[in-house]
Amino acid sequence: MSINRRQFLKLVGVSTVAGIGGAAVFGGLRNSGLEASQTSPDPRSLKGKRWGFVVDMSKLKSDEDYQKCIDACHSIHNVPDMSSLPEEIRKRQEIKWIWKDNFEHTFPTAPEDEYQNKEMKEKNFFLFCNHCAKPACVRVCPTQATFKRKDGVVMQDMHRCIGCRFCMAACPFGARSFNWRDPRGKDDNGRPFIKPEKENKEFPTRMIGVVEKCTLCYERLAKGLQPACVEVSNGAIVFGDLEDPNSEVRKIIAAKYTIRRKPELGTQPSIYYVIGGGEHAG
Amino acid sequence: MYDSGKIIAGLLAFVVFATFPFISNMGKAGAKPKPSIDTPVINQMQVKQCVESRDFMRTEHMQLLNNWRDSVVRNGDRIYVNNAGQGVNISLQNTCMNCHSNKKKFCDECHNYMAVKPYCWSCHIAPKENAL
Repeated sequence: MSINRRQFLKLVGVSTVAGIGGAAVFGGLRNSGLEASQTSPDPRSLKGKRWGFVVDMSKLKSDEDYQKCIDACHSIHNVPDMSSLPEEIRKRQEIKWIWKDNFEHTFPTAPEDEYQNKEMKEKNFFLFCNHCAKPACVRVCPTQATFKRKDGVVMQDMHRCIGCRFCMAACPFGARSFNWRDPRGKDDNGRPFIKPEKENKEFPTRMIGVVEKCTLCYERLAKGLQPACVEVSNGAIVFGDLEDPNSEVRKIIAAKYTIRRKPELGTQPSIYYVIGGGEHAG
Repeated sequence: MYDSGKIIAGLLAFVVFATFPFISNMGKAGAKPKPSIDTPVINQMQVKQCVESRDFMRTEHMQLLNNWRDSVVRNGDRIYVNNAGQGVNISLQNTCMNCHSNKKKFCDECHNYMAVKPYCWSCHIAPKENAL
């Protein structure tokens, strides 16, 4: 059978239409009732564009004030406690979501200022993931295991993490910890890293070989609760939306003297530290 | 054919050896997995209904869990609206295992039979079961 040019073009046209139409029909039939549109956010969840913290250093007085927040965070997130390991090993292998360090280590690049509040320079500073607006860790992650959520949280997807530790090399704030050991394991003396009675059964643990960090209590934000450290800090840590000019965090930043860690690196950290002002601020 | 006796005997020995596992197990079906739903929470339910129909859960629970995981971790969406229009809190530990608190008799029963090893439990905490 021979066909002329006109017949050929007609045939091609008809079969193209049939193909597109057929795919649409069968694509619809194959839909097994599992659509992304079937999920929705919890109506209780807090909504923001860029969550951040303001840490008021004047309200952190004793070691207890720090420990309370650290314990609250680490216990609800099943963060393994490596304190029983020998000092050398612990320093390299410990897991921390929230911790403290001195002024020089927290702000190594802050310009020298001889008139700055002496008291502040002797204090320990609260440290967490900075949930940067332009996070270096997210740029380097080869599997997109760490990514930026719409509300500004730098999230860590433990299902995708392959443990390459690029993010740890990229993060200028040391906010990330690698699970060198099985967090459900025990030390040489048989002491479990996560005490069975302290285990939070509503939250997962991690496994050996993944990187973890502060997730800004995304599981609490979804229930309309503030992050755990904020809740027990007695106002020392204030949580809010940095994009909202009427939020409490923005009002504090506008009124008091705040600094951020290593702002010159351009990652735009979302954690502000109030190191002056107070009652004397105009 | 040279050495036909040896060759045929050898072939026969090979066939018997290769088919031995099948012959020896013939007529003896392995115990079918019977996932149990005998848990305190499920026993108290008036209508024993999972988030979706039984048949759907049987064949599609892995896709459902996969979607749930992506929904919560990647998109932050924590409510799943099922075919009946009810909203369910998306959580393996707090929703699935709240009812199915018998992981060994429910999850492992089929997974062991099918020799699949999902790695859920290397991070998610399985319910504490009494070792009876």
